[in-house]
Amino acid sequence: MINPREIIETIHMIESENFDIRTITMGISLKDCADPDSKSARRKIYDKISFYAENLVKVGEDISIEYGIPIINKRISVTPISIIAESSDDEDYVAYAQTLDKAAHSLGVNFIGGFSALVQKGYTKGDIRLIASIPESLALTERVCASVNIATTKAGINMDAVEHMGRIIKETSQLTKDRDSIGCAKLVVFANAVEDNPFMAGAFHGLGEPECVINVGISGPGVIMAAIEKEKGADFDTLAETIKKTAFKITRLGQLVAVEASQRLNVPFGIVDLSLAPTPTIGDSVARILEEMGLESCGAPGTIAALALLNDAVKKGGIMASSHVGGLSGSFIPVSEDEGMMEAVKKGSLTIDKLEAMTCICSVGLDMIAIPGDTTAETISAIISDEAAIGVMNNKTTAVRIIPVCGKDVGETAEFGGLLGKAPIMPVSKFSSSEFIRRGGRIPAPINSLRN
Amino acid sequence: MKAIVTVIGKDRIGIIAQVSDILAKNMVNILDISQTILQENFTMIMLVDLSKMKISFSELSKKLDEKGKTLGLQIKVQRDEIFKAMHQV
Repeated sequence: MINPREIIETIHMIESENFDIRTITMGISLKDCADPDSKSARRKIYDKISFYAENLVKVGEDISIEYGIPIINKRISVTPISIIAESSDDEDYVAYAQTLDKAAHSLGVNFIGGFSALVQKGYTKGDIRLIASIPESLALTERVCASVNIATTKAGINMDAVEHMGRIIKETSQLTKDRDSIGCAKLVVFANAVEDNPFMAGAFHGLGEPECVINVGISGPGVIMAAIEKEKGADFDTLAETIKKTAFKITRLGQLVAVEASQRLNVPFGIVDLSLAPTPTIGDSVARILEEMGLESCGAPGTIAALALLNDAVKKGGIMASSHVGGLSGSFIPVSEDEGMMEAVKKGSLTIDKLEAMTCICSVGLDMIAIPGDTTAETISAIISDEAAIGVMNNKTTAVRIIPVCGKDVGETAEFGGLLGKAPIMPVSKFSSSEFIRRGGRIPAPINSLRN
Repeated sequence: MKAIVTVIGKDRIGIIAQVSDILAKNMVNILDISQTILQENFTMIMLVDLSKMKISFSELSKKLDEKGKTLGLQIKVQRDEIFKAMHQV
C-alpha cells in the first residue's frame, strides 16, 4: 500500500494549502469555419465549439470528484478570430465575439479566449477590424477574452500597433466604466505570445496547433509557501531544492489530470503549463512566498533575486514531471489576483517600476494593474512598448494587462470580483511619452533574433 | 479501479464498522487497512477495489462524506493514481 504519510501529505496540500488544478483549457481550431457569409461562419464556429467541448465541463467535474482534486476552471481557446472572420465582409466583428460568448454560456465554461489578432509585423484587413471591435465586444460580452500580439523577437515591435492598443485600452475602459473598467481585465497585449497558453485572458489556439487539444495549467503557491515555511533560516541551496521537489509533486498531478482529461474527451494532450498562478485567497499568493524567503514586504530590494530563484526552481522541478511542458510556464505576478501583491502595493513597497523589473525574469508581464482613469493613451502605449522591449530583447513572453479605471485615482480600489480580484490604483509616471509614441513605424528585430 | 478511503479526525468507537458497512453494502472490497495517529489526528486509510461497485463513484463519495459529517470526521475517497503520481517516480 502507498505510504500513509504520503497520502496525508497529498490530502493536506489540497485541503489546507489551496492546491488545485487551475484550468483545463480545450484549444479548438476554427480554421475550417471561415466563410464569406458571416452568419454562416458564426454558425459553424458555434457548432464546432459545441461539438468538441460538449463534455468538457462534465469531464472536468468527474475527474475532480474521482481524484479529490479541485479543478477550478474549464475553458476554451480558439484560433485568432481575426484570421477566421477576415473571409467575411463584416465591417466589425462584434457579432463573432457574441457567438463565442453564447457558446461559452451554453457549455458552462467561464472564459473563452481567442478574440485575437497577431500583428507583430503589420495589419491585414481582418486584424484592423478585429482590433477596432475589441472595446465594444468586451463591453457587450461577459466571457470573451481578447489578446493582440504586437511584437516578437523575430519581427521586432510594431509601434503602430502599440500606439493603437493604447487607444483601444482607453476606449475599452470607457465602455465598461460602470464596472470599474472591467473590459480591460479581459484584454492582453503580448510580445512573443505563445500558441498553447491555457491561462486567460491571453489564451488562443495557435496556427500550428492541432484540430483540438487539451492543455492544463496547474497552481500551487500555497503548497510552495508551506514547504519553505518549514525551512526557516535555511540557505538558498536548500530553498531551491525544496521548491524543486514540491514543484515536481504538483506538476505530476497536472500531468495526471491532463492525460486523463485527454483520454476521456478523446482529444490529444498538448502541454502542462508550469506557471505558479496565485488567487486572491489568503494562502495562495506568490508575493507571500517571496516574503517568506526573508523580505519584509514584496517589492523590497531582493525581490527580483527571490523571484528568480522561485521561477527557476519551479521549472526545474516541473520539467521532469510532465511529458510536455509549454504555455507560459513561469510565476505569475498579477496584482489584483494576488492577496500579498495587493497588500504590498497598499503599503507602498511594490511599485509599477519594480513590477516592470520583475517581468524581466518571470512571466508574464504587467498583469492586472489598475492605474488612474485619466492616464493618457500615449502613456499606456509607452508602458506597452517598454514591456514589449523586455520580451523581444530577452526572447521571452511579456504582456500588458493594465486597467485605467474610469473615474478613479490613486488611493482608490477597483473591484472586479471573483478570480479577477480587486486592485489598488497605482500611480504612473506623470512625464509625457507622446512624441515618442507618435513616431510610429516598427522597432527592428534585435540582432539576437538572427540565429541561423 | 482501486481507490484510497481516508478517515481523519477524532477517534471513537465504531468508525471502521460504520465505514465498512457502507462499503460492503455497495460491493466495495477492502484490500488493505491501516490506522495510525498522524499530526495528532486519528487517521485510517483503506485501499479498496471498486470493480464490483454497484453505485457511481460520485454517489460513493457523497455517502462517505455524509457519514463523515454525522460522525464529525473527514471521510474521503480518491482514486489511488493521484497518490502514486505524486509520490512514486
